[in-house]
Amino acid sequence: MPSITGVSARDDLPDPDGGGSLQGDSASATGRGRLGDRLFCGAARGAGVLVIALVTLIAVFLLSQALPALAKNGANFLTSTEWTVSGDNPRFGIANLLWVTIASSVIAMTIAVPVGVGVALFVTQYCPAWLSKPAAALIDLLAAVPSIVYGIWGAFVFGPHIVGLQTVLNKLLGWLPFFDNDTGSVGSSGTIFFVGIVLSIMVLPIVTALSREVFDQTPITHKEGALALGATKWEMIRTSVLPFGKPGVISASMLGLGRALGETVAVLIILSSLAADTKWSWSVFNGGETFASKIANNAAEFDSAQQTGAFIAAGLVLFILTFIVNAIARVVIERRKVFSE
Amino acid sequence: MKIQSCRQLASLTGFALVGTLALTGCGSDNNATASSGASGGTATGASDCPTGTLNGEGSSAQKNAIEEAIRTFQEKCKGATVNYSATGSGAGIKQFTAGQVDFGGSDSPLKTTEKDGKIEATEAEKTCGSPAWNLPMVTGPVAFAYNLKGVGNLVITPEVAAKIFNGAITKWNDPAIVAVNKDAQLPDMAVKVFFRSDDSGTTENFTKWLSAAAPSVWTAEAGKKWTGKGEGKPQNTGVATAVKSTEGGVTYTEWSFAKDNNLGIAKIDNGGGPVELTAESVGKSVATAKQVGEGNDLSLKLDYATKEAGAYPILLVAYEIVCSKAKSPAKVALTKAFLKHFSSTETQQSLESLGYAPLPAAVQTKVAAAVDALS
Repeated sequence: MPSITGVSARDDLPDPDGGGSLQGDSASATGRGRLGDRLFCGAARGAGVLVIALVTLIAVFLLSQALPALAKNGANFLTSTEWTVSGDNPRFGIANLLWVTIASSVIAMTIAVPVGVGVALFVTQYCPAWLSKPAAALIDLLAAVPSIVYGIWGAFVFGPHIVGLQTVLNKLLGWLPFFDNDTGSVGSSGTIFFVGIVLSIMVLPIVTALSREVFDQTPITHKEGALALGATKWEMIRTSVLPFGKPGVISASMLGLGRALGETVAVLIILSSLAADTKWSWSVFNGGETFASKIANNAAEFDSAQQTGAFIAAGLVLFILTFIVNAIARVVIERRKVFSE
Repeated sequence: MKIQSCRQLASLTGFALVGTLALTGCGSDNNATASSGASGGTATGASDCPTGTLNGEGSSAQKNAIEEAIRTFQEKCKGATVNYSATGSGAGIKQFTAGQVDFGGSDSPLKTTEKDGKIEATEAEKTCGSPAWNLPMVTGPVAFAYNLKGVGNLVITPEVAAKIFNGAITKWNDPAIVAVNKDAQLPDMAVKVFFRSDDSGTTENFTKWLSAAAPSVWTAEAGKKWTGKGEGKPQNTGVATAVKSTEGGVTYTEWSFAKDNNLGIAKIDNGGGPVELTAESVGKSVATAKQVGEGNDLSLKLDYATKEAGAYPILLVAYEIVCSKAKSPAKVALTKAFLKHFSSTETQQSLESLGYAPLPAAVQTKVAAAVDALS
């Protein structure tokens, strides 16, 4: 994740090779042997190496713990929906976990990104100057709320009110497999749909804060140019602010998605898990478990290397998933950068 | 545990010294243990409060109960420390058999039948050098908890419960429920079943009741993992609060959680008439349980299908497992003192507010006698 913010920060530099030229400076400084420069260079390099080493070691650890369990697995790890991890013939697969994790995160993003961008546009372009600072601070405050608070609030305060909306959606859009409630196993608000809504609120401040920053950076010349050509305020935003801010919005969304994918406690409290033999359903009005909530819920039962390995294998998939999301974000940003400068 | 002042240190050392002397006396005089116990009885203050550290591990079902007992015991006996880690019954038995802890806590007595080539009771006896005794200490009832406005007096039979929890009954005004609740105004509302999504002893005891009392409807094997229908929530808190916020919700949970959340608690009718969940009705069930252990080994066989009038059938009994003849004599006095305190009427009564039921008098007397016979 730091890599993305790194990229968007570099976008703002006038010289795309800023990093390279900085290195040249430090090299000449070391040539002159200034102690402060050398120390700082060493410290910075150490920090960089530390992060890379950490990520590599985490990957190695996950792999080494997961492989023995995966080798004994009797079911297809990627497509099976079973989860029997103890005994001599373990059978487990992540299909359910992967679906629930992705579905809830996608719902969260479809709500959070438009709303977040809207809020950021309001704060930077529309609202009066005296309001923009307090409004921004209020939104940032949402990020400071601990996730367990979101979980409890969602499950006990917000949840009971959402059941009605679910019923309506189910009636109107029930012909779509996503809104069908075919298993009927979850009657409360503990659905993927509702978890997605709560996650969107948790992700909103991340999306808003970063988008706000980039929208604020739009060169005043672009904006005034658009207005001088006779553009209305909305047209000005569409032609100058949004294109300029796009990479920032994308990296903000990816950061938010990272949080949504890995959120544990709120999901654990809100989402109802399903009985072992519930049949597969694409419905978002179904329950289930995400990678993170499954691991958290069963952490107390890790009494053999095999069980632990199975859960760590699931954790490994989450790790890889987040990696892929970040990689996609990088590619998108690199391609968009050309247009934004 | 930290020693705060020199004077305390001195008095502690003094206690320890006296204790060691007394115990060496015991050890050198093996065939007169009974008399030494009696002589201890005369010097009440000293024998009730030996010093030292006692370690136990096991069942999490009795966690709150034993922690309360430990708290009051340590208040009474400043020089004594009792540690209990609630890691689960299986772990408790494992650690006890390995000789790592002084007593084990378990939801079920040591098994006397062979499993994986080992008999738990025999293994424990080998470690102890004497038979290991299962002493019932804590009884924890499981409530059938529901959330239905205006229905305060629900009666549930095992068949109805099994049908609700395996998904055969989906409406609260199902004829099967109405048949046993003629006076209640049951709404035309969906039954929303919640179960424990984590592995749990509560699930095990509840399904034991279902499969014992309604074997034709509940065909799945009893176990820690839920095999019925419904939606899962983590821990007792999770299911209880989910039912609280969902009208038409129903679950099984430890008594205290149902009480704390003001949920409806159904009366259970095993065939001998509806029984309300109270300390007495639970005690009655424990009192009628058959003792399967010999002599002072008080392992009980609960009859989940009991038709005894006024006996509440869904409960678990947690045992403390101890060596009848301790390997290290230094621990005997402390073990006896702690277990005596735990089984005393006063302590047992205090557990009721925590959602446990006190041991019935008959069982309590037997436990006290067994504790006295420890050596």
